[in-house]
Amino acid sequence: MLDRYGIVAIFALLAVIFPAIPLLLSLVIRPKKPNQSKKATYECGLEFEDFPEEAQNVWVQFRVQYYLFALIFVVFDIEVVYLYPWAVAYNTLGPFALVEMIVFLGILILALAYAWRNGLLEWT
Amino acid sequence: MDILNNLFTNIYNAINAFLNGLLGGAGLRPDAASAIVAAIMGLIVGTVVLLFGVGVVLTLIWLERKVAARVQDRVGPNRVGPFGMLQPVADTIKMFIKEDIVPTNADGLVHLLAPVIALAPAVLAFVVVPFGQGMQPADLNIVVLWVVSVSSIGTVGLFMAGYGSNNKFALLGGMRAVAQAISYEIPQVLTIVPIILLAGSMSLVQIVQKQSTLWYVFVLPVGLIGFVVYYISALAEVNRTPFDQPEGESEIVAGHHTEYSGMKFGLFYLAEYFNFFIVCTIATTLFLGGWQGPFLPSWLWFLIKTYALILLGMWIRMTLPRFRVDQLMKFAWQVLVPISLINIVLTGILLMFFKVG
Repeated sequence: MLDRYGIVAIFALLAVIFPAIPLLLSLVIRPKKPNQSKKATYECGLEFEDFPEEAQNVWVQFRVQYYLFALIFVVFDIEVVYLYPWAVAYNTLGPFALVEMIVFLGILILALAYAWRNGLLEWT
Repeated sequence: MDILNNLFTNIYNAINAFLNGLLGGAGLRPDAASAIVAAIMGLIVGTVVLLFGVGVVLTLIWLERKVAARVQDRVGPNRVGPFGMLQPVADTIKMFIKEDIVPTNADGLVHLLAPVIALAPAVLAFVVVPFGQGMQPADLNIVVLWVVSVSSIGTVGLFMAGYGSNNKFALLGGMRAVAQAISYEIPQVLTIVPIILLAGSMSLVQIVQKQSTLWYVFVLPVGLIGFVVYYISALAEVNRTPFDQPEGESEIVAGHHTEYSGMKFGLFYLAEYFNFFIVCTIATTLFLGGWQGPFLPSWLWFLIKTYALILLGMWIRMTLPRFRVDQLMKFAWQVLVPISLINIVLTGILLMFFKVG
């Protein structure tokens, strides 16, 4: 078991090295001629510097929907953590496991239906 | 036939035996020697798998452009090498020699780390892919959970790219990437549950072995529903058209990599194709019997099935227009999640009455 995770550790090491190699290699051979307009923030057909001060602040407000979806996501992601062990052990558990899981899923489907009815799943 | 089938495992064993002999004669303690051998073998396997991955990405770029050209009644790349096959290599060289532009307003560190963090999880996901009989780098018993959890880290990279670039388009792209990834991760993980129910195991190797008589996609109706839901949400997870809102070029320029150029952009590109390849390999393993198949060597079967899924993905990309962002979220939560929840219950009930595999 340990040497399996040893290979995972080696891959984790490679995962850091692997992106670094092309970055370092290109650092050596690429040109470096920066100028003001190259380093300006990209804007479609306009000069970013001409914008008024408040428009140059690009950290826009995000829609509240992103937050709501994130909340529902957390609920369902935790649910999956409970479902996986149940699924592995299902064959040895017998009919009661099925009933239990239907109750568990039923509560979650009810929650989803509640969120749906209250318009949380709409992007309006 | 056996020679071809065991080609790579035999090479592995030969190198392993050679290293053992080499270090055994060096007078080290036996446990230290075997640990060193294991580490060196791990490094060799990792390097080979990564080089293979890069090779796959090069073929995918070529294939994607050729398929796109054929669908649109063009010829596609045909100048560099036979049938333009060296075009991806030329592209790579171009990315190496392009200047790296970091905007003055950008957060330099986040801007630099974003492509690395986007690519690293894709490399980690390669650890568990069973490329053939006895050809998985590591057979963890929590493989499925590993793949799901690791692949969702890549989204952090995309959001860092959006956040660090200090650009409206990039930030919007990053936020869309996060929203899309978390929405489609739910049906993706939920639709794996029926497969675990059928196989009674979370190890990909055991899941493949259980499919020796019947591929899970043919366990009707749950396998087919699961496969379709998994494939759709996998395409969305890796941001491919019709789910490419995070970089929707007609709306937000290039999304999260608007401010990227040169090799940093190349890493994003590489990560995208790595992820696409990985979700196709996982779909092959879970639903299409992995390396199971008659006559041909197991690793060849695996590649054939994976490339078939990849071509399907390219076909979908060329055929369908992009979803709107509200349609996208609606589709995930109002269609795919209920279907996959019902699919789990259905599989549980079916398994009470029938025995599969």
